[in-house]
Formats: sequence, C-alpha cells, structure tokens
Amino acid sequence: MSFYVHIPFCTVRCGYCDFNTYTATELGNGSSQATYAATVGQEIGFARGVLDRSGVPHREIDTVFFGGGTPTLLPASDLVSVLGRIRDEFGIKPGAEITTEANPDSVSRESLRQLADGGFTRVSFGMQSAVPHVLKVLERTHDPARVPQAVAWAREAGLDVSVDLIYGTPGESLADWRTSIEAALSYEPDHISAYALIIEDGTKLAAQIRRGEVPDIDDDDHAEKYQLADQLFEAAGLQWYEVSNWARGEGHACRHNIAYWQGGDWWGAGPGAHSHVGGLRWWNVKHPAAYQQRIDGGISPGHGREFPDAQAVQLERTMLLTRLSSGMQISELESAGRTKVAGLIADELIDAKAAFAGRIVLTQRGRLLADLVVRELLDF
Amino acid sequence: MSPLARTAPVPAATDPSLIRNFCIIAHIDHGKSTLADRMLQLTGVVSAREMKAQYLDRMDIERERGITIKSQAVRMPWEADGTAYALNMIDTPGHVDFTYEVSRSLAACEGAILLVDAAQGIEAQTLANLYLAIEGDLTIIPVLNKIDLPNAQPEKYAAELANLIGCEPEEVLKVSGKTGEGVEALLDEVIKQLPAPVGEADAPARAMIFDSVYDTYRGVVTYVRVVDGKLEPRERIQMMSTGTTHELLEIGVSSPNPIPSKGLGVGEVGYLITGVKDVRQSKVGDTVTNSLKPATDSLGGYEEPKPMVFSGLYPLDGTDYPALRDALDKLQLNDAALIYEPETSVALGFGFRVGFLGLLHLEITRQRLESEFNLDLISTAPNVVYEVMGEDKQLITVTNPSEFPDGKILEVHEPMVAATILAPSEFIGVVMELCQSRRGTMRGMDYLSEDRVEMRYHLPLAEIVFDFFDQLKSRTRGYASLDWKADGEQVADLVKVDILLQGDTVDAFSAITHRDKAYSYGTMMTSKLRELIPRQQFEVPIQAAIGSRIIARENIRAIRKDVLAKCYGGDISRKRKLLEKQKEGKKRMKMVGRVEVPQEAFIAALSTDEPKKK
Repeated sequence: MSFYVHIPFCTVRCGYCDFNTYTATELGNGSSQATYAATVGQEIGFARGVLDRSGVPHREIDTVFFGGGTPTLLPASDLVSVLGRIRDEFGIKPGAEITTEANPDSVSRESLRQLADGGFTRVSFGMQSAVPHVLKVLERTHDPARVPQAVAWAREAGLDVSVDLIYGTPGESLADWRTSIEAALSYEPDHISAYALIIEDGTKLAAQIRRGEVPDIDDDDHAEKYQLADQLFEAAGLQWYEVSNWARGEGHACRHNIAYWQGGDWWGAGPGAHSHVGGLRWWNVKHPAAYQQRIDGGISPGHGREFPDAQAVQLERTMLLTRLSSGMQISELESAGRTKVAGLIADELIDAKAAFAGRIVLTQRGRLLADLVVRELLDF
Repeated sequence: MSPLARTAPVPAATDPSLIRNFCIIAHIDHGKSTLADRMLQLTGVVSAREMKAQYLDRMDIERERGITIKSQAVRMPWEADGTAYALNMIDTPGHVDFTYEVSRSLAACEGAILLVDAAQGIEAQTLANLYLAIEGDLTIIPVLNKIDLPNAQPEKYAAELANLIGCEPEEVLKVSGKTGEGVEALLDEVIKQLPAPVGEADAPARAMIFDSVYDTYRGVVTYVRVVDGKLEPRERIQMMSTGTTHELLEIGVSSPNPIPSKGLGVGEVGYLITGVKDVRQSKVGDTVTNSLKPATDSLGGYEEPKPMVFSGLYPLDGTDYPALRDALDKLQLNDAALIYEPETSVALGFGFRVGFLGLLHLEITRQRLESEFNLDLISTAPNVVYEVMGEDKQLITVTNPSEFPDGKILEVHEPMVAATILAPSEFIGVVMELCQSRRGTMRGMDYLSEDRVEMRYHLPLAEIVFDFFDQLKSRTRGYASLDWKADGEQVADLVKVDILLQGDTVDAFSAITHRDKAYSYGTMMTSKLRELIPRQQFEVPIQAAIGSRIIARENIRAIRKDVLAKCYGGDISRKRKLLEKQKEGKKRMKMVGRVEVPQEAFIAALSTDEPKKK
C-alpha cells in the first residue's frame, strides 16, 4: 500500500502548470499553509477509519510520495509530522521509499537534513532546464546554479536524488536541451525524469501560444529530444524503466511511481488527490478551502469516484504496464491483441526477444508511439 | 363584386369549352407558389383560414429549398361574364433536371402563365421552360409578379418580356401574389385568352400521365389529362407503353383535396388510383386507355427517364447498408427516374451506384436519404456516362471510373450539353472565361435587353456536373442563370486518373478527366489528401497516376511521437478516457491497405470545398 500527499502551494504559478496548486493570493481565505499539515493529518486519520471499516486487510505502507505544488514550501517539520501521522495510523515498512518533490530554491542543508532524519529517503528536484531563456518561458524562478548545491546537500543528508527535466519548451533548441541533459548528468543523480512539455488548456502558456506570442510545441521536436535524452542517459549509466523515467540501476527506480503503473493500491490525501484502493478510483475536492471545510466538518473530502469495469481495467493495465521496461505479459492480452504482436515486432515497436519470452516491452521507437501500440494491443 | 363561381361545373359533365388548362412557368423564387395560393383562395377552393403557406409544395424538402419538384393539379371554379368555368392549374417542376417532367406537364395544358419577378427579370431556366411551352404551341400570358416590391422595375421587364415573346409591353399583366393585386384580372384573362381543350368525346379513351406520386395510404396516385373519350370508376384501364392493366379503384379531381368523381371527360384533369404500389408502373408520359376498348395509337412523347449523372452512395457505417437499400427502394416508389445497383468499393465498402437526372436530383435524393431515413452517407464525385472503345474496337459503357478499361484506348465518347447562360452584360468576359476553361464552344450570343445577354455554349456534361454552377454564380455575384439540355456526344482525349495511397489505388478517388486537366486533378487530390489524412507510423506516399505513369506525388511524413508523457498525480482515469476517446475516433476510420483514413477525409476530399486543416 502507498500513500500520496498533495501539497497545493506554490510561491508563483508557472506558465505551463495546470496542477492543483495555489499561490498565497490565489488561495484567498478559508485555508492556510500554517494549518495544512494538521488538516491533511486529519484525512490520514479518516483514511485509517475508512479502510479499517471496509474490511480491506490492514497493510503497512511501502511508499509515500509528497507532491504538489511545492511540498518544500511547508517547513520540513510539517512534512515530517504528516509522515509521522501516516506511520502512526498505518505503520511504515522497513526499507520503505519516502519521497518529496522539492524546488531547488525552497530547500536548505538544514531542511534536507531534517527530512532525512524524519524518515524521508528520496528527494526529487524540479530542475526542468539548465538554460535561463527556457526557464524564463516556463516561468521557473530558481537560479540554475542552485541545483547542484541542493543535490549536494541532499546527498550529504543521505537522500536518493532525482531531478525532473522538461523538454520541448517553445524556443528550446536541440543544443539547449543537450545542455540541460549534460548539466543534470553532471550532478550524478540516481534518477532522472524527463517529460515532454504538454500545453494544457487554461494555462498562461496556452494563451501565449494562441496569441502567437510564443511558438507552438512540435511532436517531431519532442521525438528528437526524447531520442537524444535516452541516448545520453543510457550512456551515463541510467536505464529507462518507464517511458519518461531513467534510474541508476533497479534499486533507484521510483517504487511509488511503479506502484501506479502496476495498478497498486494507494490513498491520495489532500485537495484534488486521486486514490485507488481495491479497484475503486476516487478523487478529492479540488480547492484547498473546500477541502479544509470538508475535513473540519468531519465529512469525506471525496468528490468523485468510479469503479472501472472489466474492459476499462484491461485498458488501464495495458496502457500502464506497457510503459514499463518490465512490460506486460502477452498472456494478459485478449486474442485480438495477441494477433497484433507479430506486426508490432515487424514495425519495430516492441522488442522481439522480450516477445519471444512472452512479454510486451517497447523499443525506443515504441516508447515514442506507446499510445499507438496500446491501441493496437487493445484492437481499437 | 367577387366573381366567385356560384355553381361550379361538375367533373365528368363539363363541356370542354368551359375548361381552361394552364400552368405557371417561373423561376425558383419568382413567387409561383404565392400566386398559386392566392388563386386557390380567390376561387374559394381553399379558405384563408385553411391556407397553408405554399399549398402546392407538399414535400418538406421542397419547402426547405423553395422549389417545386413534383407537380400536382388543382381544379378551381371561376366565373366570367356570368358563365362558370373550370380552371385546372397544373403545377410544374421548375428545375432543369426535370425537363422531361416539365414537358409532360406542359403537354397537359393549352396555355401557360409566364411569371417573372418584376425586380429580377427572366432567368435561364424560365427561358428554357418557355421555349418548351412555345414549342408545344401553348398560349403564353406574360405576367410580372411582385410589383409591390420597392425595387420592382415593371416597365423595364415588361419591355424585356414583350421583346422575348413578341407582344406589346402593355399586354404584360402586373400582379402581386402577396397582396393579391391583379390576380382576379389574371384569372379573367386565363379564360379570355387561353383556348379550350379539344378532343373526341366518343373516341376510345386516351389520357396522358403527367405525374405520379406514391402515397403511403393510397398507393400510387396518377395525375392525368384526358385528351379523348372518358375514364370512369371501376373500369379496367391499360398503360399503353407496357400493356399492363389495372382496375380503376378511384377517379376524381383535386380541389385541392382529392374529391372522387363519376369520371373524367375530354379536356379534364384529375387523378386515378389503381392500387399499384410503385410509380414505375405508372410512368410519366405514358398514355392511359380503356382496356376493353383500347385506343390504337398512344399520345406519343413518352420517354424512359435517362440518368445523366452517376455517383456512388455509401453508408458511413457499413451496417447501414441494408437500411440504405430499403431507403432507395422506398424513394424509387415515388421517383421513377431514380436507378441504382449495388457496387463495392475497396475504400468505402458496400454501397450503390446511383443514376440521377442531374446534380439537383442527386442532391435532393441524398438529402432525403439523410433526413427522411436518418442515414449518414458518403457520395463519390459525380460522373457522367462514357462510351469507351478499347483495342478490341468494342464500345463499353462506363458509369463508374473503375469500369474504365486498362490498356490502350482508341476512343472515348463523352456526353455534351447545350447550355444557355443569362447574365448582365458586364459579366460576359468572366462567363466566357469560365466556359472556355470547361472546354466549351460558344454557339451564339444575343442581347435580351440593353444590359442582359444570353450566351449559348456547347459544353461537355462532365464539365458542368461538378462545380460549374457554383463557379458561375460566384463569378457573376449571383446574377447569372443557367439552363442546359443534353446535346449529343463528342470524342475527347479523356483519361482515368487514379489516386494511390502507399501504392494502393483508392477507387473512390479515381476520376475520368480530360488529359489536359489530369495533372491539376492529380495535384489537387494529392495535396488535399495530404492535409486530410493524419500521419501514420510509417511514411505514406500519395500518388496520382494515369495507368502506371505517376503524374503527381505528395508525402505524409511518419508520425514520430504518440505518447502522453505523464499521468498527473495518479490521475489514471483521465489518461484512460483519452484512449477511450481515440477508440471512438478509430471507429470512423477506413483502412486503405495499411493506411487509416478518417471518413471525414473521404467526405472532405470528395467535396468541392477547400479542405480544413487536420
């Protein structure tokens, strides 16, 4: 069993971001960063009660992930106390993976030490790019020089380190991207996530593109940058284990993320957080004020839920498992999907050797066309 | 005092001298229906309260498009100089596709009201129908309508009409169907000017069918004009073109609702019901006689309807094929000119090759299939009928580009039309340019008035079936009008252009064109398809070819990325829904070889509009 804790706060909203996060001015009254740790702690207590009553056997926690927003906007002591609440209610397995996302600007040697002492094992820095004009389009405010410093502090504290990169930002050249990759590799992280920029409706960046102020993103550009990243990461000893994730050996892969892809159970606490337990998916009310109101009133913060039917589950498993280097058992496919396997090998979308051994594992080309492969396997 | 007839003449007992049969010749929006409505009201056959707007146009689709497709006849009483007359107003279709039906309607009349909008003047189609009326020896009463309009120019157009038919401008009547002004006087003139019908009352019965309509409850309702003799209820009648006989279950007149009568005599117009279910057993132009005492000679003039334009109709959803077949069967009950046979397209699946009288007939049929039968259809580019001679010197008839023989072609014959275009004289240049670009030859030009000109062209039918009329309208800011009729054939240098996707011919896009235009068709289609077909995981060459020779080529680059980078915060439902949406999209894909082509691409590529960006 896993736990996700959403921290919906940021100092500024980045131009590309459509995550459920709020700056102090956006937030208004009715919720507060100061009391947030206590509020989310209440949901964790509520989760314990719900799961106990549901008859789902009690399980200790394997992985915890604090995401946002910017979790490190909260004092380290707050994050540690929320983790403590999870430990109190559910118990945490020895060797569990406890991650927080962090902005390089909002950590210090002390805060990272505090997190490590409080039980955190891993930190994921939002580096995004090493190139100032790219960071400017993304509206990331951190100083690129701050990243190696933060990485060093985290190592010193004994934390596993991941850095997040974004590629395909309008105005980013292939050379810019290579600069960012090489910078990230020079910090020798244990793990890198590299995500293609997605332009989400309603973001500032989407409006800028619509108005022609910045150029639109381009899938071919994305493909080229993905190939470059994959090549340089592999050369530096990081292996891909999920379409957008690379790790220095299996022991450094993000187990929390793998739990998502493998259909594990997790409780997501905090506004807008998604949960999946026993086949049921649900998600919380989005706004922190509404969320706090629910918690204060002793009402479930759940906003919507669905119970995917067998067909939907098959679709989810196929689309999630094929993203992993561990792949998907061919025997899990329906017969129509199995007849597509040979064609996918011929089109160099899946690995032949893995297929001979009974697994669907994407080639690099296949990873770039993963949705197409999934549609084939599901016989859409 | 209203001249409403106090005692209407009784059907089957009306002396021919008291009968006047007429039709109204008018352009689409020149107000024929409004005038007809006004006549129905003034003669008292329809009260103002009952009056539905445009009573004569029964079919919804006609009302929608403001044109009359199927005609009917209405009997109206009218009194002049103390004598009660029976006026039969026979409605005529107004469009060039239905020239044959028009000619049969005209043949049922002794006279015609030539109705022209006093603000617009005469149009080419009206001229064409007027020509048919004059050729049929009908007496013409020229009338300007809509004189109530502020922009009406009655003097100008009276002079134009007078010049055209050879009368004095003062003899042109001026009416307003809308206000009723001048309509009573017009009815009086119909009685005064039009000759009474003449026929032999004692001869074997001969009646001409000028329309037949399928009615769900009553079966086929046949409209006839009796020329000789008399038809009576319960007798057996015979169709002279086929020799088939039917019992006359009911006979009567429309006023405008059907009223059974004791029969129909010389000069009378009315309807027959025999219980047949298919209009093809009651053909427009055929002669009806008495089967016990049959006439020896038919009235003549009967022609089998001849389709001029063919198009493939395919259901978007393949499972709708039986529904499309049933729908065509039903439409054919009411449309003897509609012919079709099953055909299969590699790209579009199962469908029908359908023959039409013209483009409007095609459009109306398609619209009826979609609106009345709820079918989503793809239609292939319309084509005409070619006679092709291969090396074996055998002529084969080609109604579908896929039938065009491979190998060496000795000769291709294409159907020609005689086209008449009326336009303000300032547009002579652009019209000539258009006609020349469509391989037209000018046959003459006349000034109808100082600023309006009639141009006559000999054009290949194939050149006007696609977008000629739209082009003509847009280049003349809507002022030009067009009429055409079939006019023989010519030998031309025609070739078949195939469109290939990844080396596979897409039969739905093959076209027969003039060799000089093959390249432009090829580039147009390949570049359209490049815009319309989404990128695939492999490169897709799009080629246009004549035989094995490639004349144009485009490339759709392979797609390189089709993956979402991330599932935000475990929001897996969102990603699943994206995929489920793609599944829905996939249902609307047709496979051509390995290439997925959205149905929208077929529709857009086959339409004349500019393609939308994918």
